[in-house]
Amino acid sequence: MKQNNNKAHKFGMVIDLDKCTGCGSCMVSCMSENNVPFKEDESNKKDSITWMRVYKLTNGKSFPDTEIAYLPRPCQHCGGKGDHGHSPCVSVCPAVATDYGYDTGIVSQIYTRCFGCRYCMGACPYHARYFNWWDPKWPEGMENYLSPDVSPRMRGVVEKCSFCYHRYQAAKDTAYYEGRDDIEEHEYQTACATACPAGAIVFGDLNNPAHQVHQIVKPDPHPDPRNKHIVGKSRNPKVFRLLERLGTNPKVYYLSEREWVRKQGDNYLDGEWDKIKNYHGASSHD
Amino acid sequence: MDSALIPEGAKRCSFPKFAIGVAIVSAVVLWGVFAMFLCWFKGLNQTNMNDYYGFALWIWADLAVIAVGGGAFFTGLLRYIFKIDELKNIINFAVIIGFICYSSALLILAIDIGQPLRGWFIFWHANVHSMLTEVAFCLSAYFAVLTIEFIPNILENRQANKVPFFHHLAHNMHGVMAVFAATGAFLSFFHQGSLGGVAGVLYGRPFAVREGLLIWPWTFFLFTWSAAAFGPCFTLLVTKITETVTGKKLVKDNVVHLLAKISGWMIVTYIIAKIIDTIYWAMVTAPSLGFSLSHFYTSNGFYGYWILITEIVLCGVVPGVLLVMKSTRENPTLRLIAIILGVIGVCLNRWVMVLQIMAVPVMSFDTWALYFPSWQEIATTVLPVAYGIILISVAYRYLPVFPQEHELNYSVEVEPVTEPE
Repeated sequence: MKQNNNKAHKFGMVIDLDKCTGCGSCMVSCMSENNVPFKEDESNKKDSITWMRVYKLTNGKSFPDTEIAYLPRPCQHCGGKGDHGHSPCVSVCPAVATDYGYDTGIVSQIYTRCFGCRYCMGACPYHARYFNWWDPKWPEGMENYLSPDVSPRMRGVVEKCSFCYHRYQAAKDTAYYEGRDDIEEHEYQTACATACPAGAIVFGDLNNPAHQVHQIVKPDPHPDPRNKHIVGKSRNPKVFRLLERLGTNPKVYYLSEREWVRKQGDNYLDGEWDKIKNYHGASSHD
Repeated sequence: MDSALIPEGAKRCSFPKFAIGVAIVSAVVLWGVFAMFLCWFKGLNQTNMNDYYGFALWIWADLAVIAVGGGAFFTGLLRYIFKIDELKNIINFAVIIGFICYSSALLILAIDIGQPLRGWFIFWHANVHSMLTEVAFCLSAYFAVLTIEFIPNILENRQANKVPFFHHLAHNMHGVMAVFAATGAFLSFFHQGSLGGVAGVLYGRPFAVREGLLIWPWTFFLFTWSAAAFGPCFTLLVTKITETVTGKKLVKDNVVHLLAKISGWMIVTYIIAKIIDTIYWAMVTAPSLGFSLSHFYTSNGFYGYWILITEIVLCGVVPGVLLVMKSTRENPTLRLIAIILGVIGVCLNRWVMVLQIMAVPVMSFDTWALYFPSWQEIATTVLPVAYGIILISVAYRYLPVFPQEHELNYSVEVEPVTEPE
């Protein structure tokens, strides 16, 4: 079985939910950057394509104690149980139309390979995968604004956030042209990270200690002693991942000072949160 | 008009009456075919599926027809491998029902995929880690086996059987049918199981995920077991319906009692395993992921505890007990109630393992998603039922499907002829 190793990149992001204002710039930039099609009537959100979707969280308290937070949710680019690359979606796709990049940690989607069975959508607990129920159409003249670096998708296939993989390819091309072996942190940034006016989204290589994302997340390289399927748990007490207990090992982390926000990152039985809220994997035993 | 095609000595309704009946059902088929073409040409926007319900009515129908079609492989296994000779009197019909169910399943899958012209990718670019790959391979292979099992019966048609080659082919195919029955049982074990595995491996979906043995989640074994248990119920139910419609007794009671008894014991053992699985999942698996049982059955408009109780107790324990006990099994009314409950139970299980999985929110801030199918989905789901009615009607009319039909219905009329001898 292939393993993620330290020489490979492991691109990921951390989103500061205390900075996020819910403005939606990340969603707009993502749609624009990636030629995401839209419908004339987008009122039914269950069949709209939003690679990046912003959820609204509340602390459930009534006025004046009400607090809200916004949680942007791109594809989590899961490493799967044990971080071996068997992401929930990758392992179920019958035609290898979605694949795990062991050199980048990015979960790809091969549109021309996908035949639209939608098993991957059923497998993804984050609803990060979207089906093209309609032919992609843009208002007249808007085709001119489509990005030439990203292929539009046809009806009947699944699509999702690619961590703007074409930007990675462009950065690699530049590095190659300039005779460099690797790319700099600033050379590969996703559209959402660059568009966020609050600077809430930090993107980079989780394997590279020089990158800001690594410094914030401080990912634990060892499996969680309490659940061997969990790898890369943050050693920062304010950082969490969505549904970490499932063992999906996402590469999208969230940061918040607020306990009620962190609690909503996962599901807990009654009384469980208080026991484990200060638990941070192997680092808790340091 | 078509009397030359009707099995010798068998009585059938007049051709016009038959043709009118088939024409009425064909109208339903055409409705379904129209909806099917709409889906193919206009796309899956014709359905009410959405990004929460990527799997919906069709996948349920697919799993349900395969489950109830399990009577074919299990009856074949009992007849040819375990040599239970009485079952030769119902095996033809079990095979036809299986053929209908599996051809329907393949058709539904062809409609269900977003890019039908790329359907072959599942074989060409197969991902060995995917349960759906295993489903596709075993399903297709088993459909080929069912076709082979069906062919001898077709060749026994009165006119076809006059052709020496067809006569000998049918005879020889009967001779080697044990090989195909064994192959069918092997393939069925894996595709029924892998259909269960489709849900059980979804470790991102706490409602579906199960632990298991090696690469196979417990749902793998439960699906195979339940298909073997409830499949014969469906065979018996369709036999009963056919007997009612034709007004003839087609299978002797001892055969029905035997199959019902085997089905009953299979249901009882299955439901014990299912109860253990449910308790372990509710008490260990789900809580380890942060979910209590109430999360899956409350706070929504449809999926209450009623569905769990109906599936396991009303449509599992009850039919199992009714079919195991001799007195209730041999009571026609109670037996009929039991097999109807059994068929509903296995279909309900497949519903839960497809649609409820999609409905349950996983992220703590997500919401329940409910769905109602569009008319195109309903029409294409009814399509296989109508197609099945036509195929059974045609097979019953022109093929010697029930070996005991003559003995059970015409022996009184034959006797005066034989008496003078």
